[in-house]
Amino acid sequence: MLAVEALVMEIGRGARAERVLRGVSLTLEPGEVVGLVGESGAGKSMIGRVVLGVAPPAARVVSGSVRFFGEDLLAISERRRRALLGAEIALIPQDPMSALNPVLRIERQITDVMRLHLGLGRRAGRARALELLEAVRVANPARVLRQYPHELSGGMRQRVLIAIAFACRPKLIIADEPTTALDVTVQRQVLRLMRDMQRSAGSGVLFISHDLGVVAKLCNRVSVMHAGRVVESGPVADVVERPQHPYTRALLAATPRYDRPAEALVPVPAELSRRLWDEARALDGR
Amino acid sequence: MSPLRYLLTRLALAPPTLLGVAIIAFVVLRVVPGDPIAMMTPPGAIEADVARLRALYGLDRDILTQFAIWIGAVPQGDFGTSISLRADVLGLVAHALPATIELCLMAILIAILAGGSLAVLGAWRRGAVEAAIDAAIAVVQAIPDFLWALILVLAAVLLAGTVDLPISMRVDPRLELDNATRFLLAEHLLRGRFDVVADLLAHIVLPAAALALPLTAVIARVLKASLVEAMAQDYVLMARVKGHSRAAIILGHALRNALVPTVTLTGVQFTFLVGGTVLVEKIFSYPGIGWLAIDAVINRDLPLIQGLVLTFAALFILVNLLVDLSYALLNPRLRHG
Amino acid sequence: MAELAAASRPRRRTAALLLAPRVMFGSVVLAALAACAVAAPWLAPHDPLAQDLLYYFLPPFWSEGADPLHPLGTDSLGRDILSRLIHGARAATIVAVVAASLACLLGTALGLAAGFLGGRVDMAISRLVDIWMAFPPVLLSVVLVAVIGTGLAAVVVAIVIVDWTRFCRVVRAEVMVQRAQDYVAAARTLGLSRFRILAGEILPNLVPLLIVLLTLEMGIAVVVEAILSFVGLSVSTDAPTWGGMIAEGRTNVNQAWWLMALPTACIVVTVIALNMLGDGLRRALDPVLRR
Ligand SMILES: Nc1ncnc2c1ncn2[C@@H]1O[C@H](COP(=O)(O)OP(=O)(O)OP(=O)(O)O)[C@@H](O)[C@H]1O
Ligand SMILES: [Mg+2]
Repeated sequence: MLAVEALVMEIGRGARAERVLRGVSLTLEPGEVVGLVGESGAGKSMIGRVVLGVAPPAARVVSGSVRFFGEDLLAISERRRRALLGAEIALIPQDPMSALNPVLRIERQITDVMRLHLGLGRRAGRARALELLEAVRVANPARVLRQYPHELSGGMRQRVLIAIAFACRPKLIIADEPTTALDVTVQRQVLRLMRDMQRSAGSGVLFISHDLGVVAKLCNRVSVMHAGRVVESGPVADVVERPQHPYTRALLAATPRYDRPAEALVPVPAELSRRLWDEARALDGR
Repeated sequence: MSPLRYLLTRLALAPPTLLGVAIIAFVVLRVVPGDPIAMMTPPGAIEADVARLRALYGLDRDILTQFAIWIGAVPQGDFGTSISLRADVLGLVAHALPATIELCLMAILIAILAGGSLAVLGAWRRGAVEAAIDAAIAVVQAIPDFLWALILVLAAVLLAGTVDLPISMRVDPRLELDNATRFLLAEHLLRGRFDVVADLLAHIVLPAAALALPLTAVIARVLKASLVEAMAQDYVLMARVKGHSRAAIILGHALRNALVPTVTLTGVQFTFLVGGTVLVEKIFSYPGIGWLAIDAVINRDLPLIQGLVLTFAALFILVNLLVDLSYALLNPRLRHG
Repeated sequence: MAELAAASRPRRRTAALLLAPRVMFGSVVLAALAACAVAAPWLAPHDPLAQDLLYYFLPPFWSEGADPLHPLGTDSLGRDILSRLIHGARAATIVAVVAASLACLLGTALGLAAGFLGGRVDMAISRLVDIWMAFPPVLLSVVLVAVIGTGLAAVVVAIVIVDWTRFCRVVRAEVMVQRAQDYVAAARTLGLSRFRILAGEILPNLVPLLIVLLTLEMGIAVVVEAILSFVGLSVSTDAPTWGGMIAEGRTNVNQAWWLMALPTACIVVTVIALNMLGDGLRRALDPVLRR
């Protein structure tokens, strides 16, 4: 369904250009959940933004391709992209506090995507919004529809954003650290909810995270990123049980697990990270 | 404090503010040299006649008594008698005020429409269009309404023959009018007398534009800056990935958020606009309260000035209240306290 | 080496900004005005008050029937427009320079007092500013001139009384900021007296800001002078001022539009020039913007 191939991207022009993606490849099939992990600045969000076509204006694709059901997402018209976004490809953003428009009621923010792509009227949109809010287990959905974002808790807002993402039953969902901004108990609920929604809608999810533990529980496959490269990828069980790359091993040693007390965690050695950055930059010279 | 409480407090503060303005105006005006009675009597008038007139207008008493008499009469709607126009001040003001109100509303309408469009255009098409708009805004804002009025008078004179726009009065005196109120524009619009409406619009558009232009520049500048800022927010990214068009995002998602700072500033500027009617009405001989004011000052018409100053102050307070109200309406966080 | 380059960059940028077109344009116009003000009697081809009732409403040079002796034409009394404009520039310049400087002096003094002394003094001055700002400025100046009487001096006094608040507010706010900064604390520990700190440390840092405000205020003063002569409250009618010429031109605008257009153009160009100059100076001198 989604195939990113040897994607190289730079930010800035001329001498000040900086590589942020250095030949990233990954694939995702319908109904599959693929994890994308790596440290901050690895370029995880950037991949999501390229797929959605909302990379920062200064960013430039140097080479590589992004295909969605065979269609080249880097070459499609603005019109075609707008038809895909929201309907076929959706985003669950990282920060529920700022991703909802503060001056619009929740109802409008859920229904507008359905009115745009499914041609629903006011009533049908409202009915469907109620269903969706029930599906994401929001208490008193009718009331929430009339409310403004500032009247909802962080967890509630993230549920609303999940409802918006699944509103048109898209084939692909980019979930960019959807639970990082929430506290731990709420995180678990929201993750379970996402999993349920994904199963019933049959969507494929690109799950961006820096928590290998969460990815291990949620995903079928995983790609580990560092410095704009995918250093290792494969089925979750393989990667977690038999990590090949030293960075994956370090990341695993830094991840809490039921059989490993927090005291035994070792942070990723700074020396390793630095060496890998140098290695990646050396590749840019070619 | 809840928004309603806040508004009520502001409303309660209005009368004392007006009283303060009245006192200051009264004191300042009583030290005006130049005798209004002397100006209304012919040169060789008899001493006794002058004294009689002075007594008639109460000008022979001391300041405190004069003020007490005046302020005591105000609650009954008696603002005294104009010395130069020899008519009831309340009647004069009530006759002229609707003209000024229609002028101000027309000006604010023009400013909001023109400034809003410029801002949206600048935020929508960045680059060369934006640079051109910025340059125009800078020039328009540098020129005050007084000069705009002069420039527009000249433009109307030079364009006569191509586009004919009148440069004085409010309505063509040859038109048959049977109006019930002095809100000529609103009334004839409601009655469907579109010939009169067209004539009224032709008369109002130049003075309204003169008042509107500096405000247009302010609105365009501030609104554009807040639009650009809003466009960088996460909720706009969210709207983009829902598949909305750029126009829909600006108008439907960013504009409402960008309006809040603009409304506050527009409110402040709107009071300047109301103050600007004094000169603009004079230049276009537009018969509103501003036009009355200049002549009242020149003629030392104390009761009339007094009434007009109070009217202007009341307008200022009203405008500020309306701004607070719309601010609360626009910002849901305030609405629900 | 790198440090040296970094240190000289702001200064070079200031120099570049001072040579920017807007600053150049503003300075040239201002210089021309000043020249007119000083040399009006020698520059003007005619006596600005000399009437010639045989040749009234002569058109300017670009139209049919113009008289080369009166390049910009004559008014309803046959007076030479060019000479009147040049003498009008004199009145405008005097008002602009004197009124703006006096407003600057008064406002700065009060602003410094409020910002530096704080406490009761600050409270009293701030209250006064608030009350002042509640009056519509145009009406206030019209009333003031009615109180003081006509003449250039009255116009200057009215402008100073109305506009000192512009300086006062900004200076007060700026002093508050600067007072909190390190160098004032350093000066205090050195044992400098309050006055020495004020004059030696704070005032020099205010100068760029004041220059900008002064330039803008000059533009405002020119317009206010025009307004007051327009409503017939400024100088007596025969001393030529731009505002007075506009008022006369307005009554004859349908017969001879240029009578109103020429002085209006003078004011518009002056105001835009002063605005550009102020804006350019702000960009060049304001350390916050420059960063
Ligand atoms: N708008 C931008 N302008 C310039 N550089 C950017 C921009 N956005 C991201 N970058 C750079 O691109 C690189 C990748 O950023 P990205 O946001 O994809 O990281 P990430 O892996 O998502 O990290 P995090 O876990 O912190 O979200 C970083 O080096 C970052 O500095
Ligand atoms: Mg990220």
